[in-house]
Amino acid sequence: MDAIDRRIVNALQGGFPVCERPFAAVAEGLGLDEAGLIARLKALVERGILSRFGPLYAAEGLGGAVTLAAMAVPEERFEAVAAQVNAHVEVAHNYARNHRLNMWFVLATEDRAGIAATLAEIARETGIPVLNMPRLAEYRIGLRLEA
Amino acid sequence: MELSPRDRALLAALADGLPLAPSPYAAIGRDLGMAEAEVLARLRAMLAAGIIRRFGVVVRHHELGYRANAMIAWQVPDAAIDAAGRVLATQPGVTLCYRRAPGPPDWPYTLFCMIHGRDRATVLAQAEQAARNAGLADMPRAVLFSGRRFQQRGARFATSEEGAAWTRSTGAS
Repeated sequence: MDAIDRRIVNALQGGFPVCERPFAAVAEGLGLDEAGLIARLKALVERGILSRFGPLYAAEGLGGAVTLAAMAVPEERFEAVAAQVNAHVEVAHNYARNHRLNMWFVLATEDRAGIAATLAEIARETGIPVLNMPRLAEYRIGLRLEA
Repeated sequence: MELSPRDRALLAALADGLPLAPSPYAAIGRDLGMAEAEVLARLRAMLAAGIIRRFGVVVRHHELGYRANAMIAWQVPDAAIDAAGRVLATQPGVTLCYRRAPGPPDWPYTLFCMIHGRDRATVLAQAEQAARNAGLADMPRAVLFSGRRFQQRGARFATSEEGAAWTRSTGAS
């Protein structure tokens, strides 16, 4: 990544125009040309630095439901339980973390009832209680990382 | 805002992202039999209504050099959470900040944030400073660094990671 790539990544995390020639508009602000910007973006996607380019939704606005859940998994069962949990298509990110509650995952379903049903199923399949921590308020969602 | 079938078709078409081409909205519209002007108008309306939080890139934090990722949660009296959360959200390094339902007795914590940094020492220092500034220095807390990541089916780390997760699981259709 060179200095121009960094400027592109930093600029585009703030948003992307909805207009007929959006890449041309962004390029102009960065002192690049449209074709050059598109070529660099393609390269950043190919190298895996950018995973996706497009809209980010508010799940609740579309009727969906999201929660954060955690489990205390015995170390010797960790891999097996991870496979059981991840077999559910509703499970998105699943991270091991350094706490007695050592498995943390985000669950996203098409409606609110889906959250309770999926968590109950995971608890039944694994025999491990699942702690559900739904979001009650949000103070910041704008994850931006300086490249 | 009530989503129409055409809005939903548009969201589904965008689930995998926008084409990297000079007129990406026209290209999306061609696949759907929708004029570019209609695509633009529908997207602007969904942005204005907050159904789309924003358009932009999703960076892979690990690939950008952000190798340390901590979830920090505090046990805060209910009456103090909103004020502390609003300050915490503005602190350097803090990328996400939420109030969540607790799960006592194992998990009495209610105010959550994520700090992404290039190494653990930086993240811990930022957490300490953020706690002081938000009046949380004396509150019980848990600091959980992430270890292995089990990423499935191309799940995307996103600005609103939860929103992107939802898109992935449902295709926004």
